Amino acid sequence: MTAVAQSNSRNGNKEQALEVKAPAKNAHGRRTMWIWVGRAVLAIAVVGGWQWFTEEGWVDKFFFGQPSMIWDSLVKLFTEGTAFGTIWENLWVTVQEAFYGFLLGTLVGVVLGILLGSNRYLSAVIGPYIRIVNSIPRIVLGSIFIVAFGLGVFPKVLLAAVLVFFVVFFNAFQGVREVDQNLVANVRVLGASPLQVATHVTIPSAMTWIIASLHTAFGFAIIGALVAEVLGAQKGIGLIISQAQGTFDPNTVFACMVIIAVITLAAEYLISLLEHSLLKWRPPNRSEAQAI
Amino acid sequence: MGVNHPQRPPADGAADDAARIEIKGLTKRYLTPKGETFTAIRDVTVTVEPGQFCSIVGPTGCGKSTTLAQVSGLEKPSAGSVKVGSHIVDGITSGVSYMFQADALFPWKTVLGNVMMGPVLVGTPKREATALARDWLRRVGLAGFEDRYPHQLSGGMRKRVAMAAALINNPRILLMDEPFGALDVQTKAIMQNELLKLWEELRPSVLFITHDLDEAVALSDRVVIMTSSPGSVKDVFDVDLPRPRGNVQEIRHEERFLDLQGRIWESLKDEVTRAYQRTAGAAA
Repeated sequence: MTAVAQSNSRNGNKEQALEVKAPAKNAHGRRTMWIWVGRAVLAIAVVGGWQWFTEEGWVDKFFFGQPSMIWDSLVKLFTEGTAFGTIWENLWVTVQEAFYGFLLGTLVGVVLGILLGSNRYLSAVIGPYIRIVNSIPRIVLGSIFIVAFGLGVFPKVLLAAVLVFFVVFFNAFQGVREVDQNLVANVRVLGASPLQVATHVTIPSAMTWIIASLHTAFGFAIIGALVAEVLGAQKGIGLIISQAQGTFDPNTVFACMVIIAVITLAAEYLISLLEHSLLKWRPPNRSEAQAI
Repeated sequence: MGVNHPQRPPADGAADDAARIEIKGLTKRYLTPKGETFTAIRDVTVTVEPGQFCSIVGPTGCGKSTTLAQVSGLEKPSAGSVKVGSHIVDGITSGVSYMFQADALFPWKTVLGNVMMGPVLVGTPKREATALARDWLRRVGLAGFEDRYPHQLSGGMRKRVAMAAALINNPRILLMDEPFGALDVQTKAIMQNELLKLWEELRPSVLFITHDLDEAVALSDRVVIMTSSPGSVKDVFDVDLPRPRGNVQEIRHEERFLDLQGRIWESLKDEVTRAYQRTAGAAA
């Protein structure tokens, strides 16, 4: 008797679960579809509007380019190459510069950030200078690097690294400051040496902050490399941009922007992967789960 | 009473160093950001016999946590001394474990990794540390949860992990700063029983801070009442309820318990009222 009642109620539960699940799934599917429709409409409106306005002559395509012509120059860049070799060669140079700059800047930023964050004396001595250097327009350093180190890859790496450094440094510094003092007290009582406190508590805890900064940092690395190339280079996307500017060719400038955007998005994706594998201990964030 | 303490298993060379805690004339002053000195505790003298369970009860802000920090060696006293065994505390005291109200677990380490920290920090090889940690997780009833992260556990389970992490090194002294303060009543009772059971096996000396007088009487051999700012010892009560105490929820209804609890409350009541009036006055 009870067994029957139980199995009945279980079946009831299952049906109920199905009843709830199916509409929920449908609703979710509908929602996703409408999001994509909205995105497509927005893209068509912006790019189509641009094309239309320039076609009609309301906006001068000589200055502002035109989507179809940007496409043409993209095709041209990839098929015919540039005055400085193929697009791949130039892209490779820029990506390398940005990547090495990113690595160097991140490394120095993390090390200094953790060092200053965990040592009050050092942070009191060096802190003001870092703030002063942070407040100067660092992009101008590019000119100095090029004068000092020539037109090769090194000054670009350096400029990218300088831009990356500050982003990462401030986050690493703050991350160390935000460490849970209970955790530190706990491992100290258990007999941890200062080095063990750093490896077991400070660094893993600052990692959340550091990784958050890497997303912005890669963007800065690309900017650094490009600007340094515009200032003076023998190869690179920045050089193509600077040359296109000289020949009044906005379409090629836009084409280069598209190429760089793709690279940055790819890098962003890789950083997200890194984030997920390093921070898998984090509780799933509600806003993260629902956003986008 | 002539209680014959069970022999403690040897703990990392410090085994025969009896963990008697002698706090003598302990005073701690802090410098406030405004440049004034603030006396957190003044002339505190408490003795905890080896293997004794001693609770410190007092109103909010009476320097209970400050006292623990001096015993652990995390802070240096302004005056007076703390002696653990035959050594005056200077720097981190060896063989101490801490348990906080907020569970000080590493959110980026798994349950196993958290419990392993103790042995790993004193240089135990990883394989042994893992085996030991698994054994301790079994003892606190968390076998099978080794690979979870702390955020995946309930509050009570996190407390169990913290308890295993605190006891795994077989400490001579266990310092507990309102460890069960944030738990709901039922979970709290379960954890108290669990703690008593483990304590009776290992017999470290315990300094246990709490606001909860019932908890203090049910668990301890000795209850120290502190006055509020600056904190100092007002009264010391010896609790001679027989051990093992058994279920802390049942012991609460025994006559001896109620009698002791009543007497201690008499002493604590004035302090609580005084502290409350002061904070209420400050707020107004």
